[in-house]
Order: sequence, then C-alpha cells, then structure tokens
Amino acid sequence: MLSEINYLLFNSVLVVSFVATAVYLVFFFSQKEKLRTVARMILLGSGILQTLYILSRYLIAGYTPITSQHEAATFFAWSVTWAYLSFHWRYSVRNFGTFVSVLALIMLLVAASVSREFQPLAPALQSLWLPIHAGVSVMAYGFLALAFCGGIMYLLQERELKSKKFGFFFTRLPSLDALDQLNSHCLTAGFTLLTLGIVTGSIWARQAWGTYWHWDPKETWSLITWFLYAIQLHQRVTVGWRGKKAALMSIVAFCSVLFTLWGVTYLLGGVHSYAR
Amino acid sequence: MPGETILLLGVNHKNTPLEVREKLALSSGYEEPLQALGKIDGLREYYLLSTCNRVEILVSASDGDAVEKELAGFLFGDALSPDQFEKYLYCHRNEEAIHHLFMVAASLDSMIVGESQILGQLKEAYRWSADKKCTGPILNKLLHKAFSVAKRVRSETRIGSSAVSISYAAIELAKKIFGSLDNKKVLLIGAGEMAELAAEHLVGNGAKDVVVANRTLQRALDLAKRYNGRAVGLDELFEQLEQVDIIVSSTGAPGIILHKEEVKPLMRNRRNKPLFFIDIAVPRDLDPALNDLDNVYLYDIDDLHNVVEMNKAERDKEAVKASRIVDEEALKFKGWLAGLAITPTVTALREKGNEICRMELERTLPRLKNLSAKERKSVEKMAGAIVSRLLHDPVIFLKSDNCKDQSELKVDIFRSVFDLEKKE
Repeated sequence: MLSEINYLLFNSVLVVSFVATAVYLVFFFSQKEKLRTVARMILLGSGILQTLYILSRYLIAGYTPITSQHEAATFFAWSVTWAYLSFHWRYSVRNFGTFVSVLALIMLLVAASVSREFQPLAPALQSLWLPIHAGVSVMAYGFLALAFCGGIMYLLQERELKSKKFGFFFTRLPSLDALDQLNSHCLTAGFTLLTLGIVTGSIWARQAWGTYWHWDPKETWSLITWFLYAIQLHQRVTVGWRGKKAALMSIVAFCSVLFTLWGVTYLLGGVHSYAR
Repeated sequence: MPGETILLLGVNHKNTPLEVREKLALSSGYEEPLQALGKIDGLREYYLLSTCNRVEILVSASDGDAVEKELAGFLFGDALSPDQFEKYLYCHRNEEAIHHLFMVAASLDSMIVGESQILGQLKEAYRWSADKKCTGPILNKLLHKAFSVAKRVRSETRIGSSAVSISYAAIELAKKIFGSLDNKKVLLIGAGEMAELAAEHLVGNGAKDVVVANRTLQRALDLAKRYNGRAVGLDELFEQLEQVDIIVSSTGAPGIILHKEEVKPLMRNRRNKPLFFIDIAVPRDLDPALNDLDNVYLYDIDDLHNVVEMNKAERDKEAVKASRIVDEEALKFKGWLAGLAITPTVTALREKGNEICRMELERTLPRLKNLSAKERKSVEKMAGAIVSRLLHDPVIFLKSDNCKDQSELKVDIFRSVFDLEKKE
C-alpha cells in the first residue's frame, strides 16, 4: 500500500514539475503576468509533493532516503525547489523561476532514469549523522544551484549589454545588479551550509572510522569545491569581485559540485560510494 | 428617426502645421470652449480634447450634416475661411469616429506611437466634459470604452515598453545595469545642452548627485546649481570617477579625453562597482575600448541611435497587433450602438402589443359574467401570452446581426409594418 503511494507520488512529482516548467517557459516567451502566478503555484505544489514523496520513502525505508543515486537526485531537486521558494519569499528576481524550474526538472529526470529500488543501509551509515551531514550538504547544493542559475542569467544579460545587440533576453532578464546580488546572497547561504556539511561529515568520520579526514575522493572533491567557493567569497569581500567573474566562478564551482555528487561515485569510487 | 450620429472633427499633427494649430480658438483651457459648444443647436452630447498635437471635438447629434458645418466653423473660428481649413480638417462619422477615438486613446495616432501621455490627456478632457454635464449615455460609454481599449492594448502588446528617444534609451540601459537609478551619482563632462537634457532625465528617474566637470568653471557652476550638484575642474576627473556611477560626456574636445588604461586602475578602488559611460559627443570623447573592461559599459551616440531604431521597429510590429485590438473593440462598440438604436422601436412595439391586449380584454371580460377570479386571471394571462409570443420573432429578427448592417432602413420598414408612431 505505502509503496504504491510512494510510486504514485514520484510520478505525480514528475508530472507536476513538468507542467510547472512548461508554464514557466510559456510565461518566459509570452510575458503574461497571470501565467507567472499560475506557474509559481504549480511549482509550490511540486515542492509539497516532493516533500511528501521523501517522507513516504522515509516511512518505508526507516532511514533518511538520501543514500542511493535516485534519492540523492530527488533530494537535490527538492532542495533546489525549496531554496528557490524560500528565496522568493524575500527577493523577487524577474524570470528567475523559469531557470530554476528547468534545473529542478532535470534533477528529477535524472532521478527517474536510475533505479528506484530500496537498498539496505550499509552499517557505517546507520547513524543520526546521516540526515544531518547529507541533509545539510544537499541543502547547500540547493542554494549553490540557485547561484549557478543566476550566473547563467548574468552572462546572458551581460553579453547583450556589452555587444549592444538586444535580442530575446534583454527585456526578459532582470538588471545586472539584481543578478549580482542574487549571486551574493545564494553564495553566502550556500557556502555556510557547505561548510557545515563538511564539518559535520568530518565529525561523523571521526566517530565511524576514527579519523577526521582520510582523503577519500569524495572528501577531496568536496574540499576543492569548498575552496572554489571560498576564493570567490573572499575576493568579493576584499576586492569587490563581482559581475562577470563572479558569475563565471559560480558556474565553474557548481560543475565541481555536480562532479562531487555524481562524477566521483562513478569515476573514482571511495568509501562514500555506497550506492551506484 | 432612430439612432444618433456620432461625429468627430479635428486637426492633428499629421496634416496640420503648428502655425495653424496655434491659431485655433480652443487652445485656452476647456471651460470656455465647452460653454460655447453648448450653444450650438442639435448637439445632444459633446466632448472636447485639446493637446499640443491635436484638437478634436466629439459629439453625438441628431442631424449630422448641419452640425458638421457648425462645428468646423466653431473649431477654426475666424482664423481661417472654410476653403482654407478644408485640407486640414478631418471628419469621421459613427464607426470611423469610434475607431479614430480608440486609435487616439491607444496612442496609435500619436506623434510617438505608444507614448502614454495621451491617455491622461484624454481622461482630463473627459473629466471636464463630464463635470460640465456635456456628456450623456452614449459618450460616457464610448469614452470609458476608449480608456479600457487603451488599457487592453497596453497590457496585451508591448507597444509602450521600449524607449524611442536617445535619452530614454540611456535610462533604459542604465536600469538594466543598475536596477534602479535611485541614489546613483552622475558625472557630466562638458556642460552643453545635450548634457543638460541627459541630466534632466537621469535626475527625473531618481539619480541623486550631479557633478559637473567643465573647462570653464562658471558654466559648470550654473548647471550644477540647477540640480543641487557640485562643479569641479577637468583636472579632478579621475578623483570623481572613483565616486560616480553614470558618466555623460559631451565636450567639444577634438580627441579622446579618457582612455582605457586610465580607467582600468580606478576599477580596483571602486571595488569593481559598475560604471556606465554615455558618450554623446561628436567627435567621441571616450575611448571605445573602455567597453572591454569588466563592469564598464560604454555607449556612444551611434549605439544609442541603434537602440532607438531597434525599438522603433519593434514598436511598429506591436502597433499592428494593437490596431487589430482597436478594430475588434470598435466593431463591438458598433454592435452596442446598433442595439441602442433599436431599443426605442422594440419598446414601442411591446407597448403597442400590451395596449391592444388591454383594450381587447376590457371589451371582452365584462361580457363573460360567470368567470371566477381565477378563471379571469387565466384569460388575461392567455391574452398576454398570445401577444408576446407573436411579437417574439419580429423582435429577434430586429436584434439579429443581419439587421445591424442596414439598421436604419430596416428599423424604418419595421416601424411602417407595425405602424408605430414616429418617435419625437
């Protein structure tokens, strides 16, 4: 019974997210204000369904569902969606939702394409630290994903302004200043959470394996990612790095996030690669 | 006779030169001209619009031809004789008048298509007419419709969304860079007329500090005073560049006064805050390579011209869409008007039917003595039902669309067939 609900929930998440993205895209082309409200409501619905899906999976499995590839991707989509929705509560950035909804949909499609099987939890993972460490890390990824979307929008808009050829994006994208602020806010939130994720991870590692850090590929790449964001933040605070450089850096660093999440597991292995 | 004639007379910027428009009697406020209009015979409702680009009178009258001459005479006063003004004046009737009014309200007939000022002027003119009780049911409805058409055009097309003058283009670009211009600092290099115009627009859009740098300090001081700004000498330029956000350069210098290499080191002190250079001088004041610096945006006069041209092309495309909306709404209004024209006829027909019914009942009922109160009611009801069912189809025919095209003729025939007394 519960597994059927679980199955149905994931499919409805897919459908609702697809509709939200479609409406956002139509809004992006037509710029009809009514559509935006509709799209936002659908995206909110999708966010709620994703939460329910993760809860139902938790009830079935009995542990925080974040260990398999499917679960990680779903969690990622969830954190992107809710990071955006919570963000939107305070700042409104023109047409940002379109980019975010596309990214969340891609995450969900990734989740749909891999096995949805429940796998028994490896003994090392049976700990209270699992939800804390993994949850905080994935939430960090959510905000960093927003910075990535903002970075892409910045580059598109800046290119039109610099080349002085105003095409499709000029009227649809917000001002450079708004996008740069978006980058700064998301980066601050994302970087704080990322740091917390690494700290909680190393405390857990100390408990589980006896050392705080042992250069497992995932740990190494997390550190590289962390440094990329740290540099960017440092430069912004000290010399006022902003604009194009900051946008490019957000994109590069987010690629590093993606590699840490998936590339490492498939290409490099290591103790973090429990599920494939 | 059924229906009224809606008449619109006027002159506008398209076919009447300014010298002629200036001479028109109506250029001074609304109160007097409206009073004068009220004295013309045959006007049921009237309204007057007077802006710097157009003067238009819109009336609803019973006899169009006679009123048209009177109004033309009124419009031109003693300034021009009829032969002279004939080539300037346009006169639209009914559908054409409605269509024209909607075009004006939607800013499709304006000098700068899409500018929104005209709607405000239209509303003000209407307020005058309505306050003076010059408008009635038809013009009230027509003008309110015109406002809503304008609103629809604005929300469904992007006709008013892009800048079509150099100054507006600069503002639009600045907003895309800075978000809002509130509290942004402006530096004017050169204190010419163009700089003044640009400063006017920037300050009007929220820019706060104005600093003027000029070769002759006196001129800089004069200009700075007007915006509560400061004047500096040209030698203080680099110092100022660290503080300001928007630079408008318009000096008469023969060569480039600011090079990329000079600005580059400043960016670090500015903590990379964006700089927006607007070079409206010919020959150019600013090094075109400035645009290659990060967070520096440079637009010269040609770039701004290109923005304007691009926006104009876009606007023309949107204007086609807008015209379609106007056509559609004009047609709808025409339908309403035609409906209005047949209303008295329908009422007369129903009254006649009810009258016959009443008369026949009065004649018949006294002769039916044995009827109970209930049966009496039934007979009355039946008589009423026969009349209304008999009249149902003719009324439907009258209201139907195939009737609206030649509404007047058909209404006349209809009235003869049913022998309805001539109204009024």
